[in-house]
Amino acid sequence: MTIKAIREQFPILNQEVNGHPLVYLDSAATSQKPLSVIESMEAYYKQHNSNVHRGVHTLGTRATDQYEGARDKVKNFINASSTEEVIFTRGTTTSLNTVAYGYARHVLQEGDEIVLTEMEHHSNIIPWQQAAKYTGATLKYIPMEADGTITLDSVRSTVTENTKLVAVTHVSNVLGTINPIKEIAQIAHDNGAVIVVDGAQSVPHMQVDMQDLDCDFYAFSGHKMCGPTGVGVLYGKKALLEEMEPVEFGGEMIDFVGLYDSTWKDLPWKFEGGTPIIAGAIGLGAAIDFLSDFGMDNILEHEQQIAKYAQEKLSDVDGLTIYGPKERGGLVTFNIEGVHPHDTATVLDAEGIAVRAGHHCAQPLMKWLDVTATARASFYLYNDESDVDRLVEGIQRAKEYFGDVI
Amino acid sequence: MSFNNLDTLYRQVIMDHYKNPRNRGTLADESVTIDMNNPTCGDRIELHLQVEDGTVKDAKFEGEGCSISMSSASMMTQAVKGKNIEDALEMSSIFSKMMLGEDVEDVDFDLGDIEALQGVSKFPARIKCATLAWKAMEKAVSADEEE
Repeated sequence: MTIKAIREQFPILNQEVNGHPLVYLDSAATSQKPLSVIESMEAYYKQHNSNVHRGVHTLGTRATDQYEGARDKVKNFINASSTEEVIFTRGTTTSLNTVAYGYARHVLQEGDEIVLTEMEHHSNIIPWQQAAKYTGATLKYIPMEADGTITLDSVRSTVTENTKLVAVTHVSNVLGTINPIKEIAQIAHDNGAVIVVDGAQSVPHMQVDMQDLDCDFYAFSGHKMCGPTGVGVLYGKKALLEEMEPVEFGGEMIDFVGLYDSTWKDLPWKFEGGTPIIAGAIGLGAAIDFLSDFGMDNILEHEQQIAKYAQEKLSDVDGLTIYGPKERGGLVTFNIEGVHPHDTATVLDAEGIAVRAGHHCAQPLMKWLDVTATARASFYLYNDESDVDRLVEGIQRAKEYFGDVI
Repeated sequence: MSFNNLDTLYRQVIMDHYKNPRNRGTLADESVTIDMNNPTCGDRIELHLQVEDGTVKDAKFEGEGCSISMSSASMMTQAVKGKNIEDALEMSSIFSKMMLGEDVEDVDFDLGDIEALQGVSKFPARIKCATLAWKAMEKAVSADEEE
C-alpha cells in the first residue's frame, strides 16, 4: 500500500494546521486512529452496546463475544500462551501499577532489590519507588553507556541473587533505544527475579512474542498502536497471575460474595473489576487487525528507515544535538543550540508540524542527558521521508527566526 | 499561521529579556525563597523575594525554561520591585486576565514591558510558561506573610 493510501485511512491527517498541511510527528505520545478502528467502536455503540458476561439477552451475548474476541486478537498478536494471560486495563500505567500493587507489594521484603534503568518513563519508576517504600526493598539502576544503551555485562553486574524484580522498558520513549529484553529476562530468571517490561513503545511498532521473550509481565497501551485511549493490556504468566491478589474489587471480578468474605473469578476476569472497557477493547481489536494487515516487521522497517533518514538529515543541521543510539526505534529526540525545545515546538507548530517538547515523563533521563527538556519527532506507518524534509525545513526556520529576533 | 503570527508571541522585548534577563541571581538570608516548576514541561524557577514593611524591596530569580517563562520571570521581578504587596498581587491578577485575553488597557498600572506578553494569550499551550513566575511571586508573598 502506498503512503497516500495509508494516509487516506487516517482522516485526521488530511487537514491544514496554521495554514499548512499537518505533519504529525507525535505518535509516541499517541498515534492517530484509522477509519476501521473508529468505525468498529461506532458500530458497537450503534448496534451491539450492552454489558458483558451477564446479560442473557442477545445484545449481551454479542457484546461479550466481541469483547472476548478482542482478547483473543491480543493473545495472538503478542503470542501469549492463552487468553487467561491477557488482562484489559486502562493503559500501560495501570498495567504496571497492577503488578506493583498486586505482586510486588505482596512478594518483596526488606533487603530485596528492584532493578531498573535510568531511561525509564515515570510510569515504570514511581510504582516501584512506592513499592520499595512500602516493603523496605531497595532500588538499583543498570548504568547506561554514553550512547544511551545498556550492555548485558552491566545487567549482569547489577542484577544479583537479592534482586526480586527487574523492570525495564523495551523501547525508550526518548532515546529510541531497543533493549535486549530476551537476554535481560534470562539474566533476571537466572537470579530468581521476575521481569516486568514496559512495552508502550514496542508493541505498536514491532513484533513482540511473549513466549519467545519469556517475560513475566508485559504492559502496553492501545492508544499508541492505532487504538482508542483508555484501554491497555497487562500480560502476565498464568502461574504468577494466579498467585496474585486482585487490585480492584467489586462487580464483574467475583465468584461468590458473602457478607464477610468473597471469592474471585478465574483468570483473567479476577483483575477486571467493574464494567470493563468494552468499546475500547473492541477498538483495540480492530487496531490489531489493521496493523496485522501491514505486518509488524514491515512497520518496523518502514519506521527505522525514516528514523535513519531523519538522523542523517538532522546531523547536517548546525548546532543540533541528537540524543540516543544509532540503532533505534522510529523516533528522533533533539535540541537546537540556543533555542528552548518549547520554542522549537511552537515555531514548528506555526508550520503545521506537531512534535513533542518537554521532559517526556522521563526526568531522571533528562538529568542523565544533562538537559531540562528536549524536542522529539516520532514516526509511524503513516509518515514518510517527506515529513522529515518538512521537519528539517521547520527547524531551519526556527533557527533563522530565533537568530533574527535575538 | 504565519511567521507574522509568531511575531505576536516572540516580541522583540521578550527576546531581549530572554537573552538579557534582569534580576537574575539570588538574595541573602532575609529573603523568602520559592521553588516552582511546571511539571508538564520541566520549566523551573527559584524566586527570591525580599519584603520589608509590606513592600517588595528586592526580587531575583534563577531557573531554566523557555523564552516565555524566563522573560516573564525577568519582567515580573522588574515590575514588582518597589511595589507594596497589595499592588504586586493586583498586578498578578491583571497579568492573569491578560493571559485570558481580557482587555487590560484601563488598569491603574503602567505595565511597561509586561504588555509584550499579551500575545501569549493566543497560544494556549504557552500560557503556563508565562504565569509560572507570577504564581511563584504570589506564593512567596503568602509565605512571607505566614512568617
